Amino acid sequence: MGALALAATVATETPAVPGIAADFSNDNIWVYLVKAVLIIVFLLTSVLMALWFERRLVARMQVRIGPNVHGPLGLLQAVADAMKLLMKEDITVKMADKVVYILAPMISVFSSLLIYAVIPFGPEVRIPFTDFTTPAQLTDFPVAVLYILACAALGVYGIVLGGWSSGSTYPLLGGVRSTAQIISYELAMGLSLVSVFLLAGSMSTSEIVNQQERFWYALPLLPAFILYVISMIGETNRLPFDLPEAEGELVSGYMTEYSSMKFAWFFLAEYINMLNVSAVATTLFFGGWRAPWPLSAINDGMFNQGWWPILWFLAKVWFFMFIFVWVRGTLLRFRYDQFMKLGWKILIPVALTWLVIVAIYQGVVEFGEIDRQFFIYASLALFVIAILGLVVSSFATKAEPEVAKKTEAEPFDAFAGGFPVPPLPGQQLPPSPRAARRAAAAATAATAVLEVEAEPDTTTKTEGTSGD
Amino acid sequence: MMTSTGEAVLFWVLAPAMVLGALGLVFARKAVYAALSMIFVMVCLAMVYVMQQAEFLGIVQVVVYTGAVMMLFVFVLMLVGVDASTSAVETIKGQRWIGILMGVGLGTLLVTVTARAALPETVGLDEANSETNPAGLARVLMSDFVLDLEIVATLLVTAALAALVLTHRRRLTPKIGQPERAAARMLAGDHPVNLPAPGVYARHNAMDVPALDPEGNPIEASVSRVLRIRGQEHSLDTDVTTLVATRDAAELTGDHGTDTAAERGGQNDDTDAATTEGEA
Repeated sequence: MGALALAATVATETPAVPGIAADFSNDNIWVYLVKAVLIIVFLLTSVLMALWFERRLVARMQVRIGPNVHGPLGLLQAVADAMKLLMKEDITVKMADKVVYILAPMISVFSSLLIYAVIPFGPEVRIPFTDFTTPAQLTDFPVAVLYILACAALGVYGIVLGGWSSGSTYPLLGGVRSTAQIISYELAMGLSLVSVFLLAGSMSTSEIVNQQERFWYALPLLPAFILYVISMIGETNRLPFDLPEAEGELVSGYMTEYSSMKFAWFFLAEYINMLNVSAVATTLFFGGWRAPWPLSAINDGMFNQGWWPILWFLAKVWFFMFIFVWVRGTLLRFRYDQFMKLGWKILIPVALTWLVIVAIYQGVVEFGEIDRQFFIYASLALFVIAILGLVVSSFATKAEPEVAKKTEAEPFDAFAGGFPVPPLPGQQLPPSPRAARRAAAAATAATAVLEVEAEPDTTTKTEGTSGD
Repeated sequence: MMTSTGEAVLFWVLAPAMVLGALGLVFARKAVYAALSMIFVMVCLAMVYVMQQAEFLGIVQVVVYTGAVMMLFVFVLMLVGVDASTSAVETIKGQRWIGILMGVGLGTLLVTVTARAALPETVGLDEANSETNPAGLARVLMSDFVLDLEIVATLLVTAALAALVLTHRRRLTPKIGQPERAAARMLAGDHPVNLPAPGVYARHNAMDVPALDPEGNPIEASVSRVLRIRGQEHSLDTDVTTLVATRDAAELTGDHGTDTAAERGGQNDDTDAATTEGEA
C-alpha cells in the first residue's frame, strides 16, 4: 500500500481523489457532458466501422470480396444495414410480456454504453488553442474495474429477460444458456483480473495504466491474459461461445422474436460490448494508451504525451477487434457440454492456481526476505516440471488404448452393422475397383494433353521464324 | 454531518423509486417481475452507497448480488417455468405461522443488537478513505475483523461442500455419450445421418414443402413431424414435378457422350430455327 500511495503521488502533484492517477480537478459539469457525448459518438461510429471491418475481414479469410458496393470500399454498407433495420416493421409478438420485452434491449444498450466512462483514452491532453488541460477519460474511481464488471453483469439481464419475455421456446433456451454462460465465465474473467489488481495494487484504470510504464501486464501475467481473452469472447457471445444465439440450434436464440429497432439495439449492444472488452484488455494487459516499445523510447517518450496516446489506444483496441474476427473466422461453435467443461474444469481451476501464485509472489516481494529473482526462477522451474509431468502422464495414458486397438484389429468390413462405415484405426481399405479405371482415364487424358500442347508449340515456332 | 444538495436530490429521487421496487417485489404476481423489482432495488441501493462514498460496497453489491446471485435466481425461475406464479398453498402445515414467528424473532434480535451496540467515535469519511476506499476497508477487515471473516468463510465453504455431497449421486449405469447414442441409433436401423432439410432450393424454400430425392420424388420425412400431423404440409406444386419430369426426359433422350456440345448445338439450332421463322 505504501508503494501504491507513493506511485500515486509521484504520478500527479495534486491527486484529487487518492488512488487515482488521472487528475479531474479541472473538470466541471460541461467538460463531463462534452466527454460523455464524445464517447457515445465514438462508440456509435466505431460500431458502424466494426460491422464493415468484420464483414470485409471474414470475407478475406474465406477468399471472398465482402461488401464493396456502397461507398468507397463498401464503407457505407453498415449505414445501409442500419437504415434497413430502422425501416423494418416493428413486430411485437402476441405471446410477449410487453413491458419486459421492450425493456430488455434497453437494458442491454444502456449497460454497454456505461463501460467506456472509466476507460482512459490517453493521459492529460491540452485542448488546442487553450490552456485547458484535462485527462482523456470521462471519470475514474478506486474501484473502476469492478464497476466495469458490474455493468457487464447488468447487461446480461437484457439478454436473459429478452429471452424470457418473448414467450417462445428458442428465445427462452437462449436466455437460459446465457445465464449459465455468464455464471460460469464471469468467474474466470473476474479471477484473471484479480491478478492485475494484485500486481498494480489498484483497481482504478488510470492507475493500472500508470503502473505499466516499464512493461505491459500481458507479459508477466500471460496466463491471466490468455484467460481474459478466452472469457472476453465468452462474455460477448462471439463465435466459439455464441451458444445463446446459436443459429444452427436456436434460430437466433434470445433475439429470435425481435425485429426492427429493438433487434438493432441488441445488435448495437453486442458490438459495443466487443469494443468494451477490447478496451478493458488494452487497459489492463496491453499498457492502455502507452506506445509500443520501440516507439515509446523515441525522443524521450514523445509518443506517450499529448494526443498521440489516443492513436495507440485505438490501434490496440482494433487489434483485439481483429482477434475477435479472426477467431470467428477460424473456430466452430462448442458443443454445450464441452463449453461447460472448459469453463468449470479448466478455466476456473487454472485461474485460481494462477491467482494463488501471483498472491504468493506479491506477498514474498512485499513482506518476505526472499530474492525476487530466485522466486521467479523457482516458480518457472516448478512450472516446467509440472508441464513435463502432464505431458508424460498424457502419453502414458494414451499409449495403452492404442496397443489394445492394434491387437484387436479385425479385417475391414465395409458394411458392418448393415451400413457403409469407414475403416477403424489399424484397418486397411480394400483396393478400390474404380482406381484402375481412374488411372486408365488419367493416362489417356495425359496423352491427349501432350498432343494438344505439342501443336501450339509448332505454330509459335513457325510464327517466330516467319517474323524473322 | 450535513448532506450536500446533490446527495439530497439523488436520495429523494432514489428512495421513493426503491420503495416502489420493494413493494413490487412483495406484491408481484409473476416470479420474474419480483426478481426484476429486486434487481432494481439492488442497483438503486448501490447508487446510494456510491453516493455516500462507499464505492467498494456499492459496486461489489452489484457484481456479486445482482450479477451472480440474482442471475442464479433468474436461472432457476426460467427452469421452473416461464409462467410460474407464486402459489398461496402451504406445502408444510403451519408454514406461514412459523415463518411469521421467525421473521418477527429475527427482526427483534436485529433491532435490539443494533440499538444496544456501542459504536466507537466516528472518524469521518476523509480519514476512513484516506488510502482509497477499498484499501481502508481491507485494512479494517483484515485486521479488526479477520477472525469473523474466517469463520464466515469456513461456514460458506462447509455449506458449499454440503450442497455438493448431498446432491451427489453415484453413477450406477455406464455413461451414455454421443458415440454410444450414435451406435444405438445405427443398430436400431434409424436414418444414419440428419434427415434432409425441407424445401426445394430456389423454388419452394419453405418449411412445409418436402425436399426432392435424386429421382425427383418428394421425401415425406424432410418436413417437420409436427407440420405433418397438423396437416399443414404442402404437396409439391404441379409445375415443380413437371419440370423435373421434363428434365429427366431430356436427359434420357439426350446424347450422354458429349453433353455440353450437344446442348450448345441444340441451342444454336433453336436460335437458327427462330430466326428463320422470323424471316419467313
